[in-house]
Amino acid sequence: MSKVVVVTSGKGGVGKTTSTAALGAALAQTGDKVAVVDFDVGLRNLDLIMGAERRVVFDLINVVQGDAKLHQALIKDKRLETLSLLAASQTRDKDALTATGVARVINELRQKFDWVVCDSPAGIERGATLAMRHADTAIVVSNPEISSVRDSDRIIGLLDSKTLKAEKGEELDKHLLITRYDGERAGRGEMLTNEDVLEILSIPLLGIVPESQEVLRASNLGAPVTISSPMCAPARAYRDAVRRLKGETVAMSVPSDQTGFFSKIFGRRAA
Amino acid sequence: MNLLRLFGRRRSATVARDRLQILLAHERTYSGQSDLVASLRDEILEVLQKHVKVAEEQVQIRMERGDQVSTLEVEIEIPTPAQRRVA
Repeated sequence: MSKVVVVTSGKGGVGKTTSTAALGAALAQTGDKVAVVDFDVGLRNLDLIMGAERRVVFDLINVVQGDAKLHQALIKDKRLETLSLLAASQTRDKDALTATGVARVINELRQKFDWVVCDSPAGIERGATLAMRHADTAIVVSNPEISSVRDSDRIIGLLDSKTLKAEKGEELDKHLLITRYDGERAGRGEMLTNEDVLEILSIPLLGIVPESQEVLRASNLGAPVTISSPMCAPARAYRDAVRRLKGETVAMSVPSDQTGFFSKIFGRRAA
Repeated sequence: MNLLRLFGRRRSATVARDRLQILLAHERTYSGQSDLVASLRDEILEVLQKHVKVAEEQVQIRMERGDQVSTLEVEIEIPTPAQRRVA
């Protein structure tokens, strides 16, 4: 049974595209067939994060409008055989996405892949609502920061009202992914803790991705962080998230909220 | 950390959490009726105009959201007969 997942947040810049790439690659690393789909028409970036920007010929809009076949537009990842990308159009605008066209493409993707991971654009308009429309599962990406949490709350409201599942009266599977978490600052009371965010948004926690230099390095290199440095803390967090997504029970690792004894005494930052 | 508390400085994350909780409690209640204040203003104005002559800009509605209660402040300027003569 294939699953359609939307990665969404409301607010921009919280890590939707990074997370889509990292989760998509981690899912593909388990041997499942995965398509990551960029819904950010006009401002596509998933191709860049995946390192496939020079290989885009046809895009989502071409397929939605019937100008290209799905198999022509899918870009196979060079590192992972089971991973494919469907890029967004950079030149068209979001009105080129039609509801019926998107429904047809999603259905076709369902036939070919185990997972269809949709990278939603920021905001709550057409592109974002179409990205979430067909989802079985939603991953709400939030930073431990008030404007991000507020927007996530708004998005959760939309997930509960504007998706096909919600309209049919079915429960949409929603998960919270906290990104850019700084355990030290949270420990010092300078940043909302994961418990704060969870308590406010009250949807199950999929993972906590720590703030890390590895994420920028990965995007510089054009590789999902789960491929570029599989042993770093964010990659481990994304891999654990994928195991939870696949139904495994994995203990939640909270990025350290304690600076070490010596660092405390000498005022150094913990590694 | 504890010292900061002793000196009475509230940790900023606590302030953030409290602000969010109050805000979201309201946004969840009024989602879908975001123009509540605007429609209240229109309807109050309509009722008023049945009895006194007031212009739209003479009705001010403000809302202050609080933790336990919110207040809705309605200020209506009713022109005195003297003013009306001048105008």
